[in-house]
Amino acid sequence: MTSGLQSETEPLLLKAIGLRKDYGHVRALDSVDFDLRHHEIHAVIGDNGAGKSTLIKIIAGAVQPDRGTLEIDGREVTFSSPHDARAAGIETVYQDLALADPLDAAENVFLGRELCYGGLLGRLGFVDRRAMHATTAANLRDLGVNIPSLTVPVETFSGGQRQAVAVVRATVWGQRFLIMDEPVAALGVQQTTHVLDLMQRARDEKGLSVILISHNMPEVLRVADRVTVLRLGSRVGTIAAKDATPTLLVGAMTGALNMLGEAATS
Amino acid sequence: MTAFSAAGRWILTALMGRTRNLASLWIVGILLGMIVLFGILCPPNTFLSAPNFRSITIDTSEILLLAAGQTLVLIAAGIDLSVGSLVIFCAVISAEVLGALSPVRQGYPNVLLAVAVATAASLTAGAFWGFINGWATVTLKVPPFIVTLGVLWIALGLAQVISGGINVASVPPQLQDFFVFGGLLGIVPWPDVIAAVGVATLWIVLARTRFGLRTYALGANAESLRRAGVNVNRHTILIYTIMGLFCGIVGIMDVARFSTASLSAHQLDNLNAIAAVVIGGTSLFGGRGHMSGTVVGAFIPAVLRNGFVILGFQPFWQNVVVGIFLILAVYIDQVRRGGLPVWRRKRSGREGEQRA
Repeated sequence: MTSGLQSETEPLLLKAIGLRKDYGHVRALDSVDFDLRHHEIHAVIGDNGAGKSTLIKIIAGAVQPDRGTLEIDGREVTFSSPHDARAAGIETVYQDLALADPLDAAENVFLGRELCYGGLLGRLGFVDRRAMHATTAANLRDLGVNIPSLTVPVETFSGGQRQAVAVVRATVWGQRFLIMDEPVAALGVQQTTHVLDLMQRARDEKGLSVILISHNMPEVLRVADRVTVLRLGSRVGTIAAKDATPTLLVGAMTGALNMLGEAATS
Repeated sequence: MTAFSAAGRWILTALMGRTRNLASLWIVGILLGMIVLFGILCPPNTFLSAPNFRSITIDTSEILLLAAGQTLVLIAAGIDLSVGSLVIFCAVISAEVLGALSPVRQGYPNVLLAVAVATAASLTAGAFWGFINGWATVTLKVPPFIVTLGVLWIALGLAQVISGGINVASVPPQLQDFFVFGGLLGIVPWPDVIAAVGVATLWIVLARTRFGLRTYALGANAESLRRAGVNVNRHTILIYTIMGLFCGIVGIMDVARFSTASLSAHQLDNLNAIAAVVIGGTSLFGGRGHMSGTVVGAFIPAVLRNGFVILGFQPFWQNVVVGIFLILAVYIDQVRRGGLPVWRRKRSGREGEQRA
């Protein structure tokens, strides 16, 4: 698979230009550019209030920017709801995962997009559990995820396993790229490793790109291809992860550094 | 042996869809134990006899339908307190229609047409009130407890206004003859048939369909359903409308059974239905429950009352026992799930932290 850094000849998967968002008198986002390449994990980091969540909410269609444009594969798009973004192949894994606890993994993966039988039964809305389980099992295998059972409620899973179910759901439906909001914030060391591996396999096996929101430096440097730093609603810069160090990134996040590496969109 | 258990599991799965839809076994045991105990204690051919079984099932048919609808509502993390009033309202409407189309002073003409129109009116009125319950819940964002409590008074008041505050009794007697003394193939009483079809329909919907899955998800985590692109408001309105429709079914049934629309009966139906559902293991907090449990929970009061009467006890002991079962059912459920009672658990961002 091509690494994110070598794909500069391809059109950008996502290009955001001059995004601005005001909440009353507070400018949450100010002329922010952002782009995402094919097969790339692009981390977005920043302190609280840096504008990370506003940025991803705009890309996920949950918030509409006051100014600026979004382009997908070189074509301008307007998302007026998360539904539009999902239809464009963008899936978001929020921090709270949005799993329905009493349902099993397959039912969660297919929630809202259930597989039904053909014919009359299907028309009446009868769900084909066997097919949903088979597809879910195949996707879990592809991504190297182990869960105790496909037929027990996800509430019996550990935090990491629940995260894995949410990520697998996103990879099943996300045709273009995933947005992951603090995916390992609540996890222990070992489960963090699992989820980061999972993210890399989504890139390498499924050819997906990932926007990773995080403020965990080691995690970011381990999996990301590029890192964008936001501070007080503006973009400080974007840098290849291999050129970054925790000191550099922290400096950019806190304002000790005003510039950072290459200009991302050039 | 393995083939046998596999076949058994297949049958169970086909029936229940999922293990989560199975009644808590202990409550099934309680009902069976009660039946065995009354069977032994009561004189021969009283409790365990076909006519008695017939009377228990007919007695239970209405509450069974209301409890079946309430199961959907509770699994979706809602509640419907208005069901008793809706039954009264629908019964009054049915009786008024029957009286108007088939007047007593003309010797009850056009009975079939009158019954057809009355049935349609009852179902429509029920569905309408159910829709109002759901609509007010999602658009006014008033909790369903309050909305349905309000509708309880509104529907009851309107039923009293329409009937002038007295029971409506101008019902063609042919209806009662047919409904109470007839039956499917002449054997199975019509109330039982209607209850069985109604309960089975909702059972299958809940256990086997997309609508059922989404109902569980709605009760467990409405946000998960919303993010999955499902119109949560529409789903909620639909659930309350189904509940209302079932009240309409019970409304016309009640008129057919008693040949009158009573304004005083049914006032406790809401609490009886909720008790049956909760005894059956459905959580008041949504997301968990099963129709099989509701069926068992609905039969327990009727069996108790019937057994106590035959044994010569005051039937009011039934209330005492049902109350105990209700508390016990929720307690046992909590213990079985382990750890904290549901109502002390945080609803969002829950065990993730503890387990990480």
